[in-house]
Amino acid sequence: MLQAQDIRKSYGRGAARFDALKGVSLTVHAGESVAIVGKSGSGKSTLMHLLALLDSPDEGVLLVEGSNAADLKPKEINRLRNEDFGFVFQQFFLTPNASVLDNVVLPLKIAGVPPRERRERGMAALAQLELADKAKSKAVNLSGGQKQRVVIARALVGSPKVIFADEPTGNLDTVTGGLVEDILFDLNKRGITLVIVTHDVELAARCDRQIFLRDGLEEHRPTITTGSAS
Amino acid sequence: MNFVDVLRTAVANSFRSKLRTTLTVVAIFIGAFTLTITSAIGTGISSYIDTQIASIGASDVLQISKAPEDQGAAADNGPAEYDPNAATSGGGFPGGGAGLSFAMLTDKDVDTIAGTAGILDVNPVVSVSPSYIEYGGNGKYELSVNATSAVTKPDLAAGVQLSSDADTNQILLPTSYLENLGFGDAESAVGETVTIGIPDYQAKMHEVEATVVGVQNESLFGSGAGLGQRLTDALVAVQDTGKPAGPGRTYFAATAHIDSNASQEQIDAIKADLAADGYRGQTVSDQIGTIETVISGIVGVLNAFAVIALIAAGFGIINTLLMSVQERTREIGLMKAMGMSGGKIYALFSAEAVFIGFLGSAIGALVAIGVGSLISGALASTLLADLEGLQIMQFAPGPVALIIGVVMLIAFLAGTLPARRAARQNPIDALRYE
Repeated sequence: MLQAQDIRKSYGRGAARFDALKGVSLTVHAGESVAIVGKSGSGKSTLMHLLALLDSPDEGVLLVEGSNAADLKPKEINRLRNEDFGFVFQQFFLTPNASVLDNVVLPLKIAGVPPRERRERGMAALAQLELADKAKSKAVNLSGGQKQRVVIARALVGSPKVIFADEPTGNLDTVTGGLVEDILFDLNKRGITLVIVTHDVELAARCDRQIFLRDGLEEHRPTITTGSAS
Repeated sequence: MNFVDVLRTAVANSFRSKLRTTLTVVAIFIGAFTLTITSAIGTGISSYIDTQIASIGASDVLQISKAPEDQGAAADNGPAEYDPNAATSGGGFPGGGAGLSFAMLTDKDVDTIAGTAGILDVNPVVSVSPSYIEYGGNGKYELSVNATSAVTKPDLAAGVQLSSDADTNQILLPTSYLENLGFGDAESAVGETVTIGIPDYQAKMHEVEATVVGVQNESLFGSGAGLGQRLTDALVAVQDTGKPAGPGRTYFAATAHIDSNASQEQIDAIKADLAADGYRGQTVSDQIGTIETVISGIVGVLNAFAVIALIAAGFGIINTLLMSVQERTREIGLMKAMGMSGGKIYALFSAEAVFIGFLGSAIGALVAIGVGSLISGALASTLLADLEGLQIMQFAPGPVALIIGVVMLIAFLAGTLPARRAARQNPIDALRYE
């Protein structure tokens, strides 16, 4: 599905130069759940951004379903991000004064889906996350857990192949966070590939595989499972 | 994102910060309002002048005077050589002399003009000063004479125009004379005989009878009564009775008839021939063209001020949108992350700018039309009541649509800078932005 070969990425120049990734390789297979684990500054967010085609690596090759991302046209990359990828962010990034439904259907609106179909699919996604009754509320009036569920509904609405989640439970309390995790892994069981960036070892343990990053390099540790972590 | 969604989203976005949008709209409103009013004044005045010219329709009349060649030469070559045969006016003003000189036409000049190819006849413009007019014993009223009646074909309320070869004394009365003289309406005046009183050179009053052939509406070109050529000759004869023989009669100007089917080239050729002999021939539209040039100059200056106001408003749009881009950095980043192209982001912000421009200009134009029509209507019945048919402001759909279009274009141009900035946002930087 996604394959990174010895990719490097640095920011800034001269003395301010910061090497975020110093040669990382990984493969994400369709249908699996992968956790990218590391401390702040380890390069885990940068890796996710590169995998999600939000940025391009300085060196190394990134393959998306076998084709080199560097050879893709901007239009094709936009289509991939819009249709095949879904995003869940720690800070939610909801438009506060727009309705929940409007927030959820944003990817469909960008794709140019007609309003009626947008509404139907948006309501279906909200129903899946038990938020149908909140469709007309303003996003600003929701609780943290509700907001994250709206964000997941938004990631889900375009029927993506991969969902990228950047610290999906970072802003939530343990109970709510647990619920959001359940939702994500439930989606994974239905065939959606999951790439989660986190520093939470327990969340990482629920994934099929973990990539540990430290100072821009992969740290080889034995794969932890839910059983071994507890 | 399709076109309709871009528009709809842009409109919704512009209402997100209501105060900011409102203030920008007010700035544009002021510019658009001013521009609409000034262009309406331009339209109103030129259409009035056009109807006046159309009502005159005297394309077959040239007004001829001596070309002011001396003045032009004086600036470059010093004073011109004295010519004892050149007739000048000004001697009649106390203390006046050559300093007030104005080249006059002599009888010899009139003959020369008559001899020019294409000129059918020439009548020197003479000044007659009748004292009063009376009808049916209803009292004597002062009579002012429209000196240009021979060149104009005024807009008539009743009756017919003066004819140059009539064998009766003809007079055209203005509508304003009817009531005082004792006529019920314009129709009843036509065909009636009025008495005109005029003093001779020794101030002895004489009376001349004239037939009313028509009644004219008030217009720009002389508000007095129009006199037929035969009546004018009769009045001049009375006026000159007892006048000592002078050095020969002189005239300010002469009117000449040309073929009414003459093309512009033929008229130009006649004017060129006259110019070669030292005369200046002008058709009525030439003379009015000068007025029009002055008016369009004034309207142009007013428009320039309005455009300056609009350019200032354009900077308001830039400011408003830059703030919007700043505020919505994350949202823009999110949309780009979700696959929205830079071009669509650009379109989104440009559409917002154009919409703000449209709001300001449409409201400005509508209010201008409302207020302008009220003011124009009020002026037409009070201050400008003497100029019948003058609507000082006329709002034509063409210019108003053009103004709205131009303002939207200015808004679009103002929006390009913020829109470009938005389109170039890097999704990652935008999403990291706190």
